[in-house]
Amino acid sequence: MKLTGAQILMEVLKDEGVELIFGYPGAAAIDIYDELAKTDIRHILVRHEQGAVHAADGYARASGQVGVCLVTSGPGATNTVTGIASAYMDSIPIVVISGQVPTHLIGNDAFQEVDIVGITRPCTKHNYLVKHAEDLARIIKEAFYIARSGRPGPVLVDIPKDVARKRVNYKNQIDVKIRSYSPTYNPNLKQLKKIINLIKSSERPVIFAGGGVILSKSSKDLTEFARKTCIPVTTSLMGLGAFPGTDPLSLGMIGMHGTYRANKSTGACDLLIAVGTRFDDRVTGKTAAFASQAKIVHIDIDPTSIRKNVPVTIPVVGDCKITLEHLNRLIDEVDFGDIKQKQKKWLDEIEHWKSTKPLAYVQRELIKPQFVVEKLYELTRGEAIITTEVGQNQMWTAQYYHFDKPDHFITSGGLGCMGFGLPAAIGAQLAKPDKVVVDVAGDGSIQMNIQEMATAVQYCLPIKVVILNNGYLGMVRQWQELFYEKRYACTSMDHTPDFVKLAEAYGAVGLRATKPQDVESVLSEGLLTPKTVIMDFVVDPEECVYPMVPAGAPITEMLLV
Amino acid sequence: MSEEKNILSILVDNEPGVLSRIVGLFSGRGYNIESLCVAETMDPLVSRITITTMANLPLVEQIKKQLNKLVNVIKVHELTGTKFVQRELVLIKVKARPEHRAEILRIVDIFRCKVIDVGLEHYTLEITGDEDKLSAILSLLKPIGIKEIARTGIIAMFREPKNN
Ligand SMILES: Cc1ncc(C[n+]2csc(CCOP(=O)(O)OP(=O)(O)O)c2C)c(N)n1
Ligand SMILES: [Mg+2]
Repeated sequence: MKLTGAQILMEVLKDEGVELIFGYPGAAAIDIYDELAKTDIRHILVRHEQGAVHAADGYARASGQVGVCLVTSGPGATNTVTGIASAYMDSIPIVVISGQVPTHLIGNDAFQEVDIVGITRPCTKHNYLVKHAEDLARIIKEAFYIARSGRPGPVLVDIPKDVARKRVNYKNQIDVKIRSYSPTYNPNLKQLKKIINLIKSSERPVIFAGGGVILSKSSKDLTEFARKTCIPVTTSLMGLGAFPGTDPLSLGMIGMHGTYRANKSTGACDLLIAVGTRFDDRVTGKTAAFASQAKIVHIDIDPTSIRKNVPVTIPVVGDCKITLEHLNRLIDEVDFGDIKQKQKKWLDEIEHWKSTKPLAYVQRELIKPQFVVEKLYELTRGEAIITTEVGQNQMWTAQYYHFDKPDHFITSGGLGCMGFGLPAAIGAQLAKPDKVVVDVAGDGSIQMNIQEMATAVQYCLPIKVVILNNGYLGMVRQWQELFYEKRYACTSMDHTPDFVKLAEAYGAVGLRATKPQDVESVLSEGLLTPKTVIMDFVVDPEECVYPMVPAGAPITEMLLV
Repeated sequence: MSEEKNILSILVDNEPGVLSRIVGLFSGRGYNIESLCVAETMDPLVSRITITTMANLPLVEQIKKQLNKLVNVIKVHELTGTKFVQRELVLIKVKARPEHRAEILRIVDIFRCKVIDVGLEHYTLEITGDEDKLSAILSLLKPIGIKEIARTGIIAMFREPKNN
């Protein structure tokens, strides 16, 4: 069968089960768009290519499928870079297809030519420039395979215009075989037996779960593992929801803005079982002091994550799900005696930390941002999919919305990319039309991709944007308050748009609360409105996120309220 | 932990951009490259890249893992200890005034190198060898006057087991 490159692309996308593409057209992508319009694949026209990538990211996280973007060459391609970098840091499977100038013009500084493969090399899992239409089908297949297998990540495929137009033979049915790429899924069982022995001999064990648990869909297995062994669980920001946040064994989040009990337990534990995490510096604080009394077990599919930042006693390279399933089986064969009794002393100690130093804030006449998140949690019964922007809004959400399920908290963790939340919410809502999807935003971040309001309204997506409006680039201001003697250099936003009017201008609904007693009614009204809604909460401008571990300090040394 | 010279022999897909991925990995993560050689292997679809890098033990482990993670990397060998042979080729342009010519030729003889170009004021020598040999000849020629050198960087291979 003879098909054009663009037609072949459509065949493979259909073959991969792609139902939805986020994109933005342009000259170099016009041939691909021409074919796309003839298929059943739905195209979501974003308003900025960065939005397309974040939306694909949100879609991938909410659906568990590979997210797909389509953009044009030059500026279209460069606009994707931030989104790609965020997906790369958070290991999110997306495929970005960019148009490119025709092959005979490559290298000529042609109109709208950029070397996007060169630019994205360090922030993609892999990328391709397709030079021959004959290779296109194989490359697209490989791109999807690489994006979703092993430690997932973004893959970019750059398709020159002549390649999209060229007619070549196409036969379906291509097996992906890449001799230089084969992730290790099955753990070494000998290592797992050692873990069981360590658990037996430990007195103060802690499980530390990261985003890998969510990506490998092993939350159930992790929960089973923790409950069987009666070991308390802390999670990274990316791991929120990997273990039920309301479970008695939950310690909450670890790290710079982690809970007192999570950071204290990590400091005091004699065994730390880390699953699907990469020991980011925001987690460890001063690495030399991190879990310094503990033997560390580290389970991860990516060998480079192991022993990169912290020394490890038992490294296990493997898929979290397969590994946890094995561990759960092994545990059943071992007699732990009365495990609850064995753990009682340790859990009591943790309970003491929890009850003496819980997450806290002081209610005053101004709206407290934490209160808004608490109310949001109550009113959505913890069932909403929550995306966030970056800064204090993100940390308060992580602290006060207790995620019980995976795939419900969608945030730019590794890159910490402002402007992520709104487009990610669009992607999540498209993946889960029946879910309540809320972007908890800051007044600064929301303005970084505010144009996507038009996308949300165009496609009738009832997403809710909750702005914690403190008039500041709050997280930076917090650092200035605490570590730069309150010199608020360039963090006060002296002018912000009227978000209610802005919502209305976009054809959405705008609501505002300025007093604590209005919070609940505004939230209820907003949540019940079946449209795109912005809720503007004018909050205490100088509220800080606590606990806070100063950068570079041990995580056991926290500033508290 | 002390830094040592490590030789990494990396088999990669022989494709455009692969070298750039490897070099980008080193520069992006702040690893150092002392020397680097690339050429096709017997299989035209595979190239061998030999990189020498100064790093301590945990770092070399991390570098190897990072290299292995690249999709185009087929295999990474670390060549350490005595189980491998290494060679480097150096071209040395040495000042050759009449009173030094005999001395230079004696050194050429001792080190079994070749004179590949002769001028009124210089000799150009070609020498292959391991690091010790190369640094020995360079230190002997230095007092005489080295105008310029060009080195290929190290290439290396595992020795086959002796009794097979
Ligand atoms: C794209 C980008 N630019 C800059 C930063 C640095 N930064 C981190 S938090 C923050 C403040 C965000 O302000 P806002 O969205 O109002 O959130 P708040 O902290 O006030 O809740 C800034 C500027 C960033 N994370 N991302
Ligand atoms: Mg703010």
